[in-house]
Amino acid sequence: MNGALTVLAPGPLTTVQDTGRPGQAALGIGRSGSCDRDSAALANRLVGNPVDAAVLEVTFGGLAVRAEADLLVVTTGARCPGAPHAAPTLLRRGQELRLGLPVSGLRSYLAVRGGVDVVPVLGSRATDVLAGLGPAVVAAGDVLPVGEPSAPLPGVDLAPVAEPCAGELTVSVLPGPRADWFGDPGWTGLTGQAWTVTSESNRVGLRLAGEPLRRIRDGELPSEGMERGALQVPPSGTPVLFLADHPVTGGYPVIGYVTDADVDRCGQLRPGQTLRFRAG
Amino acid sequence: MRLLSSGSTALLVELDTLDDVLALYAALADDPPAGVVDVVPAARTVLLVTDPGRTTLAAVADAVRRTTPRPGGRATGDAVELPVHYDGVDLAELAELLDLTPEELVQRHTGAEWTVAFCGFSPGFGYLTQPGADWDVPRRATPRTKVPPGSVALAGEFSGVYPRESPGGWQLIGRTDVAVFDLGREPAALLRPATRVRFVVAG
Repeated sequence: MNGALTVLAPGPLTTVQDTGRPGQAALGIGRSGSCDRDSAALANRLVGNPVDAAVLEVTFGGLAVRAEADLLVVTTGARCPGAPHAAPTLLRRGQELRLGLPVSGLRSYLAVRGGVDVVPVLGSRATDVLAGLGPAVVAAGDVLPVGEPSAPLPGVDLAPVAEPCAGELTVSVLPGPRADWFGDPGWTGLTGQAWTVTSESNRVGLRLAGEPLRRIRDGELPSEGMERGALQVPPSGTPVLFLADHPVTGGYPVIGYVTDADVDRCGQLRPGQTLRFRAG
Repeated sequence: MRLLSSGSTALLVELDTLDDVLALYAALADDPPAGVVDVVPAARTVLLVTDPGRTTLAAVADAVRRTTPRPGGRATGDAVELPVHYDGVDLAELAELLDLTPEELVQRHTGAEWTVAFCGFSPGFGYLTQPGADWDVPRRATPRTKVPPGSVALAGEFSGVYPRESPGGWQLIGRTDVAVFDLGREPAALLRPATRVRFVVAG
């Protein structure tokens, strides 16, 4: 152990995340991992960690930690007042770091040089909130061990990055395997309106509110495999956009998929923000 | 075989029967196309999830079309015996629905070997089929919000064991004390594709 971070307050939800558990979906074990993969990877890069080192995913700020050794830390994703945003900063032993409410976006990533070194579960330190796998949700009083640095520092003082979208977000969507269950009216309904992100959204998916999409055919769908970015349409007709902790299989038709390059931006949307889908 | 678009990084292969699915899965799981990180069999489909930095969907589609399915691998895994207390809340009602006595339903459930066709729903949840049987069990009209762990259940052509407390719409016929998913065990999942399962009446 190369020191530790003691959690003074976790905020609304903080979890340990990494690049997840690929290759185990056939056992019913989903990938999980950071909701905003690019931000988590950037945070690791800035402190000289491998891309799969574990970081803290902080939902809507509020995390307070104390360094139990001199530690190099950085935050990315949603910018929080008080955080060393995209600028690696040495946190001295005994020094505290308190993340305020993010200016825009929802999820911030706190990386520490050496990585958060909690015990992996099935090959990953990611907390899967749907499956109940991985480390417990971060709580006040937790002492999170920090691992040994394994790569040289990149020598970057500040990384210029775009802030998460604060207003309406537009993302690219491709037809899904069951787009034909909804026909042209369904596709027009999906791409022709602004959907509102509801407060029932979480790491599993964004639950969207809007004018419901109607099926043009009846029948039950045998459960089938799904991937991050799927827009699954339950009987209510309002889609769920699957994020990191989506179920491995689902029994409702998937009308479309948000492209992989765009789906993580959806993971930065707050309840009340609107989302549009652009074909292609 | 139909190849269905599933976004920018995955491909869904749809087949006519569960046997076709398992034959294709057997071939793909042993020798996955380059750049494929997950192969997910289900009732009528196989999902291939790619690492977009390492392959293209077109290359994966070509590889799938060239794959020779390997039938006959349904029951090649370990044999597992699961003692069951047949006291499930839906046992009597389901037996009546199937025109059986509860005893006859238990006899059918224990009378022949089941095999794990595929997994899904939650970690360690296996979809078991009983070759030669013609189970056709309707789901509950309203899913339960909480099904206790260890519940042994039926739905459609499948039987399953709930690894942990979760919502569920299957018909509950009993419960087992065996942990089908245990992180303290290697492997954690007891019921893996091709595992053979014999349900027995718990003593």
